[in-house]
Amino acid sequence: MKNPFEITDSEIQAYVDNQLDPDRYHEIEVYIKTHPETAALIEDYQFLNSSIQALYDSVLDEKLPEQYARTRSYRKSKQRNFFKIAASLAWLMIGGIVGWSIHPAQLMLAQSIDGQEVDLVQPASFAHTVYSTETSHPVEVSAKEEKHLVGWLSKRLHTDIKAPDLTKYNFELIGGRLLPSTNRMAAQFMYQKQNGVRITLYIRRGEWNNNKTTFHYSNQGSISVLYWINGEMGYALVGQLDKTELYSLSEEVFRQINS
Amino acid sequence: MTYINQDIVAHIPRLRRYAQALVKGHSVMAEDLVQDSLERALARSHQFREGTDLRAWLFTIMHNVYANQVRRISNGPDFVELPNTIDKMAANTSTSKLELRDLQQAISELPLEQRKILLLVTLEGLPYKQVADMLGIPVGTVMSKLSRTRQHLRKQTHRDNASHLRRIK
Repeated sequence: MKNPFEITDSEIQAYVDNQLDPDRYHEIEVYIKTHPETAALIEDYQFLNSSIQALYDSVLDEKLPEQYARTRSYRKSKQRNFFKIAASLAWLMIGGIVGWSIHPAQLMLAQSIDGQEVDLVQPASFAHTVYSTETSHPVEVSAKEEKHLVGWLSKRLHTDIKAPDLTKYNFELIGGRLLPSTNRMAAQFMYQKQNGVRITLYIRRGEWNNNKTTFHYSNQGSISVLYWINGEMGYALVGQLDKTELYSLSEEVFRQINS
Repeated sequence: MTYINQDIVAHIPRLRRYAQALVKGHSVMAEDLVQDSLERALARSHQFREGTDLRAWLFTIMHNVYANQVRRISNGPDFVELPNTIDKMAANTSTSKLELRDLQQAISELPLEQRKILLLVTLEGLPYKQVADMLGIPVGTVMSKLSRTRQHLRKQTHRDNASHLRRIK
């Protein structure tokens, strides 16, 4: 055993960082009771540690900057790469999406996927991944201010949007947020079940114009996306749900939005 | 492979915190550093070995990306923009803002390797051995550099002269 009166510099570091073995830790604890200079040094180092944490820990609680939920508009020079990152983050390879098209209530397989739909599925999935796992700031405006929220989002999206009521499926609206998307803004509503399961509804206006609405389904990993385009508006419902449940919810959303 | 991307997303807040502290006072550059590191990590996610520490892997990627960024801008003007983390800090901290500003300045002036060691140990709480492996240096070097860094910071932030006064309150 080491002489407790010979405390090395390295041991002082390890003591401060809680990386010392417990026996030696205890010996040093005893030692510093009678050695104020070493005690002062250790206290200063511990103070330094907590100051460094105080300096930077606030970053952990910050809402993620919007560029993490963007697809292509991050920076011109980065468009290519960022498109790639968004694609991977959403676990969706462009060619890999084999969707189901459901119209009006019958299932059929839709192989085709074009850029417009990718503009919808990828940002919707990414925004879901980023925000539905947030504990402190999952939404920008909470559902307590639903009227304000919907009015605010409608104004930003330059169209009347609604937050569908999904309580009969046991999903409560917890709030929403505004997101940047290619050229225009997008809105995200978040719903939560009592057991904590969350789904998000992503809404944006696009450069598309579709008068025949079909539902498309896309799945990779644990996330499912059901999306459709109605006129200029694109909708994507995202969650860790099975296809049937997501489909029922989407039908409900579609019905309410178009009623 | 399937779920690694999701795990990477979960590390974004930590990567941002580390980048804010690592990059010399440029909060915009820190954000770029996180972005570029994520891109590289995702492009290379197939190279990640299951069972190894994803966080260490991500930080190593960030170190490499940072080295490139520094090389790229080393010819440009050296502007300093202190990140606004100080104002956002928890109000219940006993340290004054001025003291923290001094500390932040002192950290930003540390040689890069010392900064990495200090931040990986204090912010991330990584074991010395893991820091040594990540930086490719012996564990003894990690500890001696850490010790030197702390002595230096203690002096820079005047803790060594004033600490006896502060402890009274």
